[in-house]
Amino acid sequence: MIEDIELETLINDVYEYYGFDFGSYSRASLKRRVSRVFTLDGFKHFHEFLSKVRTDPEYCKRMIDEITVNVTEMFRDPSFYLTLRKEILPLLGTKPFIRIWHAGCSTGEEVYSMAIMLKEEGLLHKSLLYATDINASVLETAKSGIFPLRMIKDYADNYRDAGGQEDFSDYYIANYGYAKFNENLSEKMVFSQHNLVSDTSFNEFDLILCRNVLIYFDNNLQKRVVNLFDDSLAVLGFLALGTKETIKYSISQTKYKPFAKEKIWRKIKE
Amino acid sequence: MEKNKRITNCKVVIIGGSAGSLQALLQILPFIEKPVSFAVVIVVHRKNSDEQTLEDLIALKSQIIVKEVEDKVKLETGFIYIAPSNYHLLFEKNETLSLDTSEKINYSRPSIDVSFESAAEIYGEHLVGILLSGSNSDGTVGLRAIQTAGGISVVQNPLSAEMPFMPNNAILHTAPDFVLSTEEILEFIKGINQEPAAD
Repeated sequence: MIEDIELETLINDVYEYYGFDFGSYSRASLKRRVSRVFTLDGFKHFHEFLSKVRTDPEYCKRMIDEITVNVTEMFRDPSFYLTLRKEILPLLGTKPFIRIWHAGCSTGEEVYSMAIMLKEEGLLHKSLLYATDINASVLETAKSGIFPLRMIKDYADNYRDAGGQEDFSDYYIANYGYAKFNENLSEKMVFSQHNLVSDTSFNEFDLILCRNVLIYFDNNLQKRVVNLFDDSLAVLGFLALGTKETIKYSISQTKYKPFAKEKIWRKIKE
Repeated sequence: MEKNKRITNCKVVIIGGSAGSLQALLQILPFIEKPVSFAVVIVVHRKNSDEQTLEDLIALKSQIIVKEVEDKVKLETGFIYIAPSNYHLLFEKNETLSLDTSEKINYSRPSIDVSFESAAEIYGEHLVGILLSGSNSDGTVGLRAIQTAGGISVVQNPLSAEMPFMPNNAILHTAPDFVLSTEEILEFIKGINQEPAAD
C-alpha cells in the first residue's frame, strides 16, 4: 500500500499538471485504487510512478481510468428497477417528452437496462437518455453496447426479477464471447464526457440516476453534486441513488420527498 | 499463540466469516451484554440478493443495537455495523465508514481482507480482528495486516468451525494471537469490554 503523503502528492500533481481534481474523493477507496494500479503496472518506487504520471499524459489518462471504479451491471438491484418500471415510468409517461440523465454511467449497462424498460413500456420513442462519465474509455464501450457474454445469465435473472417478461436474448446478438445489444436501444442515447467535480448543469431532466458514484466522494463534494442535480432536475422530477446512498446530509429535506422504499427522491419545489 | 498478549483501549472488534459463520455469530453476539466500549463490525460473505435478512436476524438476537450501514455513517462505540451485500466496506480517518463497488476480491464483495486491511490502517493497535468459519481463503491477508499494525488477531478453532478451511488457512499463513472456540471468543470479547455491564 502506498503512503498517505504519497497519495496527497499524487492528487496535487494530477490537479496541477492536468486539472483533474481528486482532492474531494474518499481517501480509503482512492488509496486502494492507486495502490492497485501502482502494483499492476509494476512500479517499485513511488517517485518513478509519480514522474511517469507527471511526464506522460497518456499514462496519466490510463491511471485515471484505472482508479475510477467502473464495475457495473445490468438491472443491478432488481427491486429498484421494478419500482422504476411500476411506479416512476407511468408518471413520466404522461409527459410529451422524457429526458433522463445517467450521471457516472461507466460502461453503460444501466443505460441499456433503462432503454429496455422504456421500450417495453412504449416510451422509448419519446425519450432521450443522456449518459455521462469522467472516463472517456468507458464511454466508448457504452456507445458500442457490447458486453461480456459471461455476465448475461446474471443479467437475464436480474431482468426477470425486475419485472421483465420478454425473452431477454431478443435484445442482443451473441458472438465471440460478447453480447452486442440491438441498435434500436441505443438510438435514443447521447454519450458525453462530464466531470461531476468541475462541470456544470447542461440540461433539465425528469429523472437523474447516479448510482454508486457519490460513495467515492467526501461530504463536501457530495453536496456540490447533489446541488448540481438539483439545478438539473425539473420540479416533480426524480433523483435515484445507490441502495446505500443518501441526500440527507447534502440538501434541504423540504425540497425532496422520499419516493417508495428505494433510494429515490422526488423534487417537490423549486 | 501468545496467551499473554493484551489489548488496551480497544476501539473496534471486526469479525469476518463465510460459510458456517452465521452459526458462530449466533453463539457469540446474543451473549455480549451492553454497553460495550467498542464498535463491532461484521463482514460476512452473503448473497447479493440478501438486502436485509442478516441485519434483521442479528438485530433480533443481539442486545447491542445494529446500526444501518449507509455511506459515510459515523462509526460509534456501542453499536454493531454489518457490511451490506455487494459492497466493500472501508474505514475513513474521520471515523466514518465508506463503501466501494470495485472488483470482487477473493471472489467476494464484501471481502474480509479489504475491510480488515482498511480497519488496521485506521485503528492500528486498538483493533481486534476475529476470523470465523468459512470455505475460502479470504481474511488471511487482512488478519496479517491487523497484526502488523499492532492489533490482535483471533481465529476460530477449526475444530469448532462448521467449515474449517478459512480458519485453517489463516493459522497456516499467519501466527494468530489466539485460536479459540466460539465459547472462548465470547469470553475474550467480554474480557476486553471496559464498560460495566448494565443491570
